[in-house]
Amino acid sequence: MGINFRKETFRDDFTFRNSPEFVRRFPFPFHEDAYMYAVNIEPHVPGPEGSVLENLIDVDEHYVAEMEDRALVLAEDPLRCQSLPHMTLAGWDLLELLMTEQANGYPEHFSLSRDGDRWRWINRPLGIDDTFTFGDVSTLPYGPMEYITRQSQGDFCILDQRDGNLWMDAGMVTTQADWSLDFDIGMNFFEWHAPVPLAHEKGIFTRALKFLTNIQQGKPARRLNWTMTINPRLDTSPENYHKWGTDRMTVTPENVGDKVHLRVELQSFWRLPRSNALVFPIRCYLIKMDELVTSPKWARRLHRVLRDLPQELADYKGLTRYRPTVVEWLSKHDDGAPTSAGFGPD
Amino acid sequence: MPAQTIKSRPVYGTLSPQAGKSHLFVADAEGGSAILDLARQAPEGFFGAAHIMFIPGRTGDSLLAALKALKPAQYYEGPSIAAAIPRLKQTLATAHMGLRIYLSGTEGLIGQAMQAALESGIDHTSIQTEHRGSLARRVQCVHCKGITEDVTTQPATCAHCGLLLLVRDHYSRRIAAFQGVCINAEDPTEIPQKEEMFR
Repeated sequence: MGINFRKETFRDDFTFRNSPEFVRRFPFPFHEDAYMYAVNIEPHVPGPEGSVLENLIDVDEHYVAEMEDRALVLAEDPLRCQSLPHMTLAGWDLLELLMTEQANGYPEHFSLSRDGDRWRWINRPLGIDDTFTFGDVSTLPYGPMEYITRQSQGDFCILDQRDGNLWMDAGMVTTQADWSLDFDIGMNFFEWHAPVPLAHEKGIFTRALKFLTNIQQGKPARRLNWTMTINPRLDTSPENYHKWGTDRMTVTPENVGDKVHLRVELQSFWRLPRSNALVFPIRCYLIKMDELVTSPKWARRLHRVLRDLPQELADYKGLTRYRPTVVEWLSKHDDGAPTSAGFGPD
Repeated sequence: MPAQTIKSRPVYGTLSPQAGKSHLFVADAEGGSAILDLARQAPEGFFGAAHIMFIPGRTGDSLLAALKALKPAQYYEGPSIAAAIPRLKQTLATAHMGLRIYLSGTEGLIGQAMQAALESGIDHTSIQTEHRGSLARRVQCVHCKGITEDVTTQPATCAHCGLLLLVRDHYSRRIAAFQGVCINAEDPTEIPQKEEMFR
């Protein structure tokens, strides 16, 4: 049984929504009724059947629509996909990883066959059937990173490891929470995280870097991050902030349920075999407030997290203008009952 | 001297003579006096293997005689940073092992000379830098990608697309610029007053 891919948009008329079973599998990011930064990294091992962790590279009902949105972003702004010259080998590593994981996890939709360096890749949802020579850029219509990330949900950052640091030297970034690959490319781990408040002082990045530089091949890790987005817009880039920023003024008590979305990033971290680079897939999941409150536990908990969020974090995440309206709306779904431990919807 | 506010914001030191076969100085305006201060501690014959590239800017003629009196092997005076960049790139492209680089003056000068050095494969940590003079910033508009030079106000108007930009401390060595992000994107009717922040 395959996935029923939705026809939907992440711009203009915003027809994105989650089917009920996809609401239940949403990766809700709060394990308790409060939030503060932590190095919340854990091994990226398969999770329960039907969860977003069933396969380590998750493909869902939004796949085709997300790939269409990515193609639109790249046509408008090719700088969203960049790779410094020394990163081509890592691009091939990523192509192998994503083809292998998608073909293993979803054989009804993807298949990969290899005859030495001659590879055949079939992507049925996107109607692609290409044969190419692994390692020979001239046999693909794009560089290897761009080719495969035009066919994989989520943003991808490839990090070179040298001098005990990680360097943002390649990426495909079209669904980002307000950071610019074009500006940050070439920066090290501390530099590209420089604008994040509070976490440097807590030593978060020093510890995270130590952990990440020790990641071994075949032992990926993951963490969740979150923010909120008005309208189900994937491309909330700083490049287009002057176009979408006004969305944040449009939240009213009447439209919170449909317009306000919790945006969760499932970030995973993988060592690549040939290049010794790390790749960070940053997979974005959106859920409307109307969808989220179908779980009473999630509704209570998100209300408490948002209400008590430190102001610096609210400012950094861009929630300041509409937070009071959303907290007020959510308060009607919070009867004050205790919530159970853990992420699940109950 | 600019303080380190966030981790991407460059910090600068004080020039001091390094052991090396040859020495390349690139300076603008008050940055010229950093070369003169270094010269006081330099060993005999140090400037015999030195190339000074100087853009006098607002210091006019005041430092020229003293710099020439150091008797560098090569001396260049340029009218602007942009005019000096082709010569700098050529110098870096033909440089040999053992070249030491010293940058002093405005952040725009240090940043653009460092950018040229990075492009020729020189590690940024091996370059000596000293900030002197104006705190004016080079700012890249994240929206249109145009770079506005000598920004002294917060917010600042993008010289290319005209958006009103919040000048952040977030800095890219590769672009040699601070990041500018539209300050009133959420409510374009808010027009914050400009203040002289980076003089």
